[in-house]
Amino acid sequence: MSRYLVNKFLFTVDRDPELVERYRNDPQGTVAWWEAERANVILNCTPREAGTWLKFDDVERRALAAHDYPKLFELGAHPFLTLTLFTAMFQRDYDDPLGFRLEYAHRLKRFSLPYPDITT
Amino acid sequence: MAEIAAVIASTHHPFYYRASTAPPDQAPPFAAEWVRKVEAFRETLTRAEPDVLVMVGSDHFHQLWLDNMPQFLVGHADGYDANWHNEEREFGLPRMRMRGNRDLSWHLLRQGLDAGFDLAFSNELRLDHSITCPIITLRPQNDLPIVPIYTNIFAPPLPQPRRFVELGRHVRRLVESWPSDQRVAIIGTGHLSLELGGPRQFGPHCPDPEFDAKAVEWIAKGDLEGCLAEVTLDSLYAPGNATHGFMDFTLMMGVAGEGVNADYVDTYDLFHQMEAFFTWYPNGGRP
Repeated sequence: MSRYLVNKFLFTVDRDPELVERYRNDPQGTVAWWEAERANVILNCTPREAGTWLKFDDVERRALAAHDYPKLFELGAHPFLTLTLFTAMFQRDYDDPLGFRLEYAHRLKRFSLPYPDITT
Repeated sequence: MAEIAAVIASTHHPFYYRASTAPPDQAPPFAAEWVRKVEAFRETLTRAEPDVLVMVGSDHFHQLWLDNMPQFLVGHADGYDANWHNEEREFGLPRMRMRGNRDLSWHLLRQGLDAGFDLAFSNELRLDHSITCPIITLRPQNDLPIVPIYTNIFAPPLPQPRRFVELGRHVRRLVESWPSDQRVAIIGTGHLSLELGGPRQFGPHCPDPEFDAKAVEWIAKGDLEGCLAEVTLDSLYAPGNATHGFMDFTLMMGVAGEGVNADYVDTYDLFHQMEAFFTWYPNGGRP
């Protein structure tokens, strides 16, 4: 399990407009590329100083590749990161300015307190 | 020594900018009353005639990240660029730039460290909406230098609520010991009950009206004892999964002082969160 790495994916994709589009249009390919090329790049270091050991587990990889944000919530991905990135990708498909956010809440209805642990 | 012109605590809401600048025929129905309340609140800062602003907020995973996460951080720079791509994208916030006051930043850092608070610092800090929202609401002309203080209310492990209060008390003392004739307003923003990225988000009202009513009373009366008797890192999940932002209010209660009534209190029951506005005048307000 690597909640940190799931969060790192959400964080680094969200801040790059091209990656947001790429992830929206090709989630499986983007997740595979990101895990191979970006997962171990330490964000404040040059690529030659990249790490060597971070990887998703199968459940995390599948959830990201399926755009399955209820599953990401269950796995303890940081809710703010997930909400921000998925709003960027899918709010455009709704006329109501809160449309996607309300759908998001609805799809998480099965969760009650205590919510999944988000510690990293 | 410096004088504290005003202590101000409020919620911050990134939707305000767009709601308040939209043409009347496109503004949401709640915008006019929201603007009226914010402008009345703004007057409480204006009349205090501050020279410099200490701004307490929290980075929302913009510059501060899980590979290197400070608990409390003071900006120490001549200027601060502000707002991020995803805040332009989601909220329509403009890019901004504030001037800094390195002298006051250094005073808070040096004296804070010597007083037992191991504050982190940043010489190049791009601020986010936790700082720019109160600039937009309280000082839209953006003409005063600032000292930003960031707190971690976002990425566990978090400091305890009591630690936020202690930092607030320290900030108050440190500002009052700053060898300067400037008038300092200390402004901090956080949240009452709030859910983001969870099943209770974006409801017609805040997720926990009962918590919000209690919280407004704690803040308005400076009831730190009542507040800290109920508020823990665990308990804050119950009102909403983003309610740890309330700890920035507890910090501001530490600044304002135990048992000190706010001189100005207002609230607005906005969709999905309660807006709340508080001002204290430790020295009567006017110069």
